[in-house]
Amino acid sequence: MQVGVRSRGARIRSSVFGWANIVPFILFALFPVYFMVITSFKNDAELYNLKAVPFLIQTGVITEHYSYLLFKTEFLTWMLNSLIISVVATSVSLVIAILAGYSLARLRFPGAASFGTAVFITYLVPTTLLFLPLSQVVVWLGISDTIWALIVTYPTFLVPFSTWLLMGYFRTIPKEVEECALVDGATRMQTLVRIVLPMAIPGIMAAVLFGFTLTWNEFTYALTFVSQTQNKTAVVGVTADLIRGDIYYWGSLMAGAVLASVPIVAIYVFFLDYYVSGLTAGAVKG
Amino acid sequence: MAVGQRVLEAAGVPRPGRLARLHEWWEQEHIFGYGLILPALLLIVCLVAYPFGMAIYFSLSDYWVGSPGTFIGLDNFREILKNEVFHRTVYNSFVFTSIAVVIKTILGVWLAMLLFRTFKFKRLIRGAVLLPWVIPTALSTLAWWWMFDSLYSVVNWTAIHLGLIYPPGPNWLGMTSYAMAAVIAVNVWRGLPFFAIIVLAGLVSIPREFYEAAEVDGAGSWGRFRHVTLPLLKPVLAVVILFSTIFTFSDFPIVQVLTRGGPVNTTHLFATLAYQVGLTGGNLGQGAAISLFLFPVLAAFVFIQLRYIRKD
Repeated sequence: MQVGVRSRGARIRSSVFGWANIVPFILFALFPVYFMVITSFKNDAELYNLKAVPFLIQTGVITEHYSYLLFKTEFLTWMLNSLIISVVATSVSLVIAILAGYSLARLRFPGAASFGTAVFITYLVPTTLLFLPLSQVVVWLGISDTIWALIVTYPTFLVPFSTWLLMGYFRTIPKEVEECALVDGATRMQTLVRIVLPMAIPGIMAAVLFGFTLTWNEFTYALTFVSQTQNKTAVVGVTADLIRGDIYYWGSLMAGAVLASVPIVAIYVFFLDYYVSGLTAGAVKG
Repeated sequence: MAVGQRVLEAAGVPRPGRLARLHEWWEQEHIFGYGLILPALLLIVCLVAYPFGMAIYFSLSDYWVGSPGTFIGLDNFREILKNEVFHRTVYNSFVFTSIAVVIKTILGVWLAMLLFRTFKFKRLIRGAVLLPWVIPTALSTLAWWWMFDSLYSVVNWTAIHLGLIYPPGPNWLGMTSYAMAAVIAVNVWRGLPFFAIIVLAGLVSIPREFYEAAEVDGAGSWGRFRHVTLPLLKPVLAVVILFSTIFTFSDFPIVQVLTRGGPVNTTHLFATLAYQVGLTGGNLGQGAAISLFLFPVLAAFVFIQLRYIRKD
């Protein structure tokens, strides 16, 4: 690793070795995404021609799969549903998690440690353990088959996760700053809102980004609690409702997969560094 | 308060109003602390702990969708344990989880070490490698489904044209011997970035002097990896492996989209079987009993985590 002491030849060899090793990983990671995109722009005749080279578009780029999706299906409704659910569930969870995270990271009271453990355990509970009883809870609440079923249940995994993530960030803020504010006559709530929160913005950003990603991508609850087409999320709508009986649906299916991934990928490209730091800080569900 | 209420009153200072007293009460550290965790506590009790209790109750009753059942003791568990499909699911879950986690660990460490080297386009490479983790799993699994199509599989097309296999190649999702491999491949694709990024963070934290010392002692690159990198990565690796084990074991979207447990139940995992029995079939009691089999693994994980890892 000490580049300085090695010869030029050794450095070139090492560089070639590195690229030769990393390129297969990059291809492996990107190929399904590339294939998704290219399929969505290919006409059916080429798509289902066994002699055509599947990696390329040879007979012209078409956008029919997309126009079919936008004008002949409920796709835009699904996108809107996803957006509403993600924004509301993430914001509500963020507020609850900021309060709990600050309390657990900073305040001393009997039972704080065991509550911290409880949050950690809840954070690890997979959605697949609770989806059956929760499907009955949403029936009893009278919100089954609406987007509210998801808005109400998503905080069950968002709050423990965001609390855990934020606790780490709150701990890094020097305690003296808060003590000064309290001595100066600020109330505890003012100290939290005006002093601590501005200093925890990177953590809050990470919590928002991950919260939005986790809710937008969620599959188990969205598939289980909602069955009416017009109330589905984008991910479940594309996965479950675009298949039309015959086999020639891959173009529109891939167009749906591309469009429903675009918002998340756009946010991701923009905030890559927050994702990396949040992933390492919180050890997000993978 | 340093001065008692009565003293203040005697001195002519008016008693603080109700609001002021409430404020004073709220400003106490422990009251404020409990107040702030209350919303989260309510949420966890009502929507996590209570449903978990319900899952246990369901599993002990003959509860069907739309008809609350009666208590039947352990009958559901007895029936499940006799069921061939369930046996297959237990076997599948262990095969799926162990193979996927081992592959992800090996490739993850390798990829992290590659990412640790100085490359041009470092950010771009990291962004690309992390992408599978960001795209909604159900949607990327659709792309994989298309890649494993029985007739137009691009995987087969490539392998045939490279001369690796004879046409027409395996029907990945339709043949019992290949479907599990396909499901594992998708899980590895999707889970690898998580491993790599966290192991990378572990690598960054290893002090350089350790490597220099090892080099002075005459260690080659394999020796440095075995005696410096690996031991120092152990805590990080333990955390990722445990996290990944629990989430691979309880995986749902990949199998549900790709094979729905088929062909002939050879890819069913606990979650997909619970979905099929409990929701598609309507037998909530048995479905809940099946999903509760995820619990021992979760409990063991939490125990290990709390006992050994968080201590450090």
